[in-house]
Amino acid sequence: MTDRQPSPADRTSRSQPGTADPQESDVHASSATLDERQWKRGQDRGRGRGREQERGQTTEPTADDAAPLAIEIAGLVKHFGETKAVDGIDLQVPAGGIYGLLGPNGAGKTTVIRMLATLLQPDAGTARVFGDDVSTEGNAVRRRVSLTGQFASVDEDLTGRENLVLLARLLGYSRAGARERASELLDAFGLTEAGTRQVKTYSGGMRRRLDIAASIVVTPELLFLDEPTTGLDPRNRNQVWDIIRALVANGTTVLLTTQYLDEADQLADRIAVIDEGRIIAEGTPGELKASVGSGVLSPDPTGGGTRRVTTRARRAGRTRVRSGGALGSGYGLRSGYAGVRGAVALEYRGERVHARPAESGRVFPDGDGPARTYRGGNCWDRWGCRGCGNCRSTRGWLRRRSQ
Amino acid sequence: MSDGPPDPDVDQLQLAVSDSPRPSRPSAVSASLTFGWRALLKIKHVPEQLFDVTVFPIMFLLLFTYLFGGALAGSTDAYLQELLPGILAMTVVFITIYTGVTLNDDIDEGVFDRFRTIPVWQPSVIVGALLGDAVRYTIASTLVIVLGVALGFRPAGGLVGVLAAVALLLVFSFSLSWIWTALGFVMRTPESLMGVSMLILFPLTFVSNVFVDPRTMPSWLEAFVAINPVSHLVTAMRGLMHGTATAGEVGIVLLLSVALVAVFGPLTMYLFRAQQ
Repeated sequence: MTDRQPSPADRTSRSQPGTADPQESDVHASSATLDERQWKRGQDRGRGRGREQERGQTTEPTADDAAPLAIEIAGLVKHFGETKAVDGIDLQVPAGGIYGLLGPNGAGKTTVIRMLATLLQPDAGTARVFGDDVSTEGNAVRRRVSLTGQFASVDEDLTGRENLVLLARLLGYSRAGARERASELLDAFGLTEAGTRQVKTYSGGMRRRLDIAASIVVTPELLFLDEPTTGLDPRNRNQVWDIIRALVANGTTVLLTTQYLDEADQLADRIAVIDEGRIIAEGTPGELKASVGSGVLSPDPTGGGTRRVTTRARRAGRTRVRSGGALGSGYGLRSGYAGVRGAVALEYRGERVHARPAESGRVFPDGDGPARTYRGGNCWDRWGCRGCGNCRSTRGWLRRRSQ
Repeated sequence: MSDGPPDPDVDQLQLAVSDSPRPSRPSAVSASLTFGWRALLKIKHVPEQLFDVTVFPIMFLLLFTYLFGGALAGSTDAYLQELLPGILAMTVVFITIYTGVTLNDDIDEGVFDRFRTIPVWQPSVIVGALLGDAVRYTIASTLVIVLGVALGFRPAGGLVGVLAAVALLLVFSFSLSWIWTALGFVMRTPESLMGVSMLILFPLTFVSNVFVDPRTMPSWLEAFVAINPVSHLVTAMRGLMHGTATAGEVGIVLLLSVALVAVFGPLTMYLFRAQQ
């Protein structure tokens, strides 16, 4: 999002269609700057036409919708000693589609997932998976979910095939059936050749694919993916994304955690931004984006970043800009960080405001269009190149939110 | 080819995903055997781990037979008849520690999380691992007995007596292992677990009737030997191998085994569920 005066390089870059999606290309082509009109359109789109509709589903999974809930969390708390890993979370995840839990390391994402997968007992609050309580009806929950943990949940000493046969047997397949299922999965995940090798010899991408294959030996109704692409190169990451989309197309609900803005943006139908054990923003990517720029924002007399944001916000016409109070130097709106589709929650004088950072980072041409990453100069990269680290994570940036 | 295998095919993927009805849940026995199979696969892929069940028993048997035989029983041959059942019990009891160590290793890996999220009979994870260990114990027992016979061990109870003794040993070791599985969840590292286990096992094995007749000991030590479960095990095994076992001798070992499982089985499973 470039809220500064657009440079010639910006104009050139933004006018290139970033995607084959016809719904988005007009925006790319026509807009040199993101003006108020587009922001409003983005807001409308965020409400009316979610990504889920683009995928051919008819239900808009909002919390108050009648659609069945895959996950229902109320007042969930988990403390480890002094650490408040999860500090009172309420969350409703509709069945079907991908739900993203976005946040920096240590935000509590994994703890939430581990509680939902019956690996951890909550200290307080309730969590239900398809109506079954995770702490009292663990077996019922385990029958419907599957977990791919942050670290490969496969046996490194065994071969890929043995891992899959083992799980198939444990899930009730006959000997022959288990072998057949293992072959089928190895084929589908491009691991047939590697199937006879010990997992410890696998590359990160292969291991992750095997891990996901192991999670769908029996297709789960709800799949937990804990940072499925962390540490993967772009090619492997795209493969994992394809796998996830294929699963969802088949009716599995996916709860995905990630630290990457672009990943949540690319995959998720709804996103909850989590930090320090609390959810600080929730909605469809479009809704999150639409919330950007509203509220009260103070310009920072010491840093350029905030000023750019306020410029942007003023242009959107929904923001009163107050002068005076500084957000503090080094506050979260430093250039180089981009919005979670705009979801940056800031506190100002006790009031929560949303702002959107400027400079290089993600650029969102429209409510739900595929975002692109602008890295300054002529560097555009749809997927995020991961080279400079600017677009990588919300870490630090969300941290500073609370300072 | 940077990453070896080809990209996954999305169409094939779709097929693999959709074409998978959920089979019915496996029985407790089937699940346990499957986990036992996993333990065997691990032996197959990491045969080095058999070091402890091969080298140690041989070393112990040779060492103690020739070191103490002459002094304690007049001749190595006579000593071997008494010592072999004891050494056998001692080595196997010692290698039960590795059950806990392996489990402790496992917990650190993600694969344990996967097992815990699968809707199987949950104790099967542990029971299966113990079944796999039973194979290791059998290997160790076979080695000790074959070597013993080569050195001049002549059990009066014959093959049946020896097999019965080994069977009893396996039952006892399986039961004893539950202590280590429980500890495996409590201790943070395999090293600390090893330390604690040794602390328990050294007195249990050495302060017993394995090496010497307890009547030569001071009375307080003799009293400990008399209640030491390992002593009971060794007495019963000697009896079975030499054809003099009484139902009482065997019965008390079986009773001890049941007691161990009854206490440490549920404790292990409690820790298994509570484990973070």
